[in-house]
Amino acid sequence: MEQLELFLQTLIAGFMLGGLYALIGLGMALVMGVMRVINLAHGDFMMIAMYIAYWLFTLFDIDPYLSVFIAAPALFLFGLAIQKYLLTPVMKVESILPHNLVILTVGLAMVFSNLATVFFTGDYRSTPVSYASNAWYLTDFWSESPIELSLSMPWTLSFVLAVVITIGLWIFLTKTDMGKSIRATSQDVDAALLMGVNVNRVRMMTFGIGMILVAAAGCLFIPIYYLYPALGRQFTNVGFVITVIGGMGSTNGAVIGGLILGIFESMTATYIGMGWAPAGRFAIFVAALVFLPGGIASLIRKGRLGK
Amino acid sequence: MLEIKNIDVFYGDVQVIWDISFNIKQGEIVALIGANGAGKSTTLKTISGILRPKKGEIHFNDIPIHKVEPYKLIEIGLVHVPEARRLFVEMSVEENLDMGSLKGEAKKEREITKQLVFDLFPRLLERRRQLAGTLSGGEQQMLAIGRGLMAKPKLQMFDEPSLGLSPILVKDIFNVIKRIKEEGTTVLIVEQNVKQTLAIADRAYVLENGKIALQGTGAELLSNEHVRTAYLGV
Repeated sequence: MEQLELFLQTLIAGFMLGGLYALIGLGMALVMGVMRVINLAHGDFMMIAMYIAYWLFTLFDIDPYLSVFIAAPALFLFGLAIQKYLLTPVMKVESILPHNLVILTVGLAMVFSNLATVFFTGDYRSTPVSYASNAWYLTDFWSESPIELSLSMPWTLSFVLAVVITIGLWIFLTKTDMGKSIRATSQDVDAALLMGVNVNRVRMMTFGIGMILVAAAGCLFIPIYYLYPALGRQFTNVGFVITVIGGMGSTNGAVIGGLILGIFESMTATYIGMGWAPAGRFAIFVAALVFLPGGIASLIRKGRLGK
Repeated sequence: MLEIKNIDVFYGDVQVIWDISFNIKQGEIVALIGANGAGKSTTLKTISGILRPKKGEIHFNDIPIHKVEPYKLIEIGLVHVPEARRLFVEMSVEENLDMGSLKGEAKKEREITKQLVFDLFPRLLERRRQLAGTLSGGEQQMLAIGRGLMAKPKLQMFDEPSLGLSPILVKDIFNVIKRIKEEGTTVLIVEQNVKQTLAIADRAYVLENGKIALQGTGAELLSNEHVRTAYLGV
């Protein structure tokens, strides 16, 4: 019974972590799909959002969950500016060195994390919200329950909000013309252009939306995590692994990939050791590359298109 | 309606179109025919702004469209149904149709036009929720044409609409194109299926090695000695 309890608890924790990871992966996958570029500064944008949430909490006592409404628009605008003044000009000379956009994002990541160190020092920071240690217990709802499971309140809040944001994104992508244009552009740029899609505008919007998603992820992570300037790298890794598991540029794949990664990491942490979670991440990354090079998206495609 | 004046087009350093000029008048079906690599698709891509002419001008209803951003052309009434259909395969039939009507007037009348397209192609109505990638070749071509019609174009350009279709389907597609013309849309069609194209075309231009070799009405070219030996094999 204790074993079952441990297993279920691990599974729930993994599922929640996965939901948050999916948000990071979604932003990266959207940008990847439309711009054919892997944004290696993705995690560092998240770090910026987390500092925004941290300072709003520390200076003005604003709840980190509420700072989504400040951090997301701020990063959206910042993303549009980066796209317009840095990515687009570099994209124009793409033919000379095809990977220079990726290199640019690596450069951005370095600049961001080092600037954060200069301004905010390398200290670990967190937002100790008053409800940080609140939790729900299964026995509260079902007193004869043979097993005991618990849900930490901030984790649950973060997970539920991540699900809400993911559903919101799904509605945006399937129901609005802008969302359809984003999907169309990621499937066939030239055809989208012929249908009257302003591809440059779609690229900017996509990058901006990717920033909104990663900013939201940052604000949802900070109540349950800690913050330091170099933290971006770790989450860029997470996003990258999810993008590979999910299939380059696939949003459905990113959600499933995020959940798989969250559960896998949680299992590794429980059954092998806390410090092994990143090793588990890379094990699944290599496994995905070897056994499923097209990612989960290729399985979905096979199921839906029959090829 | 469409006036192409002395255009030269290059792929990198390689010139593929040499000083081509032709025009299309309102209400016509005009065909560009020729062998593989003669420059037919290149000409269409240049008209729709995916490629730019190094020299020469293209005017559509007196607008110099060789200077207009390609995504704006659909709004002024010029739509290009590309070669190999180029559908959004992971979107549903209906979403593909929506993609044809993103702007202005076409967007306002989206549901009405969609009904017209479904009347023209009842198969698409049956499969409206299916992903475009799961359709058969003929259905995909219908969807590509339907997606173009959604823009309510003044001039609709078709690039090899008969490509990869069975003879019966080819006949259907050509009938649809004739019907589109009868309903008031001007048509420019690029084809390798010379016989059937010339049968429906009011006028046609024969492209050879990036130059216009011959021109005339459909009937004239059908009886032309050179066309008969080179393209019809008789």
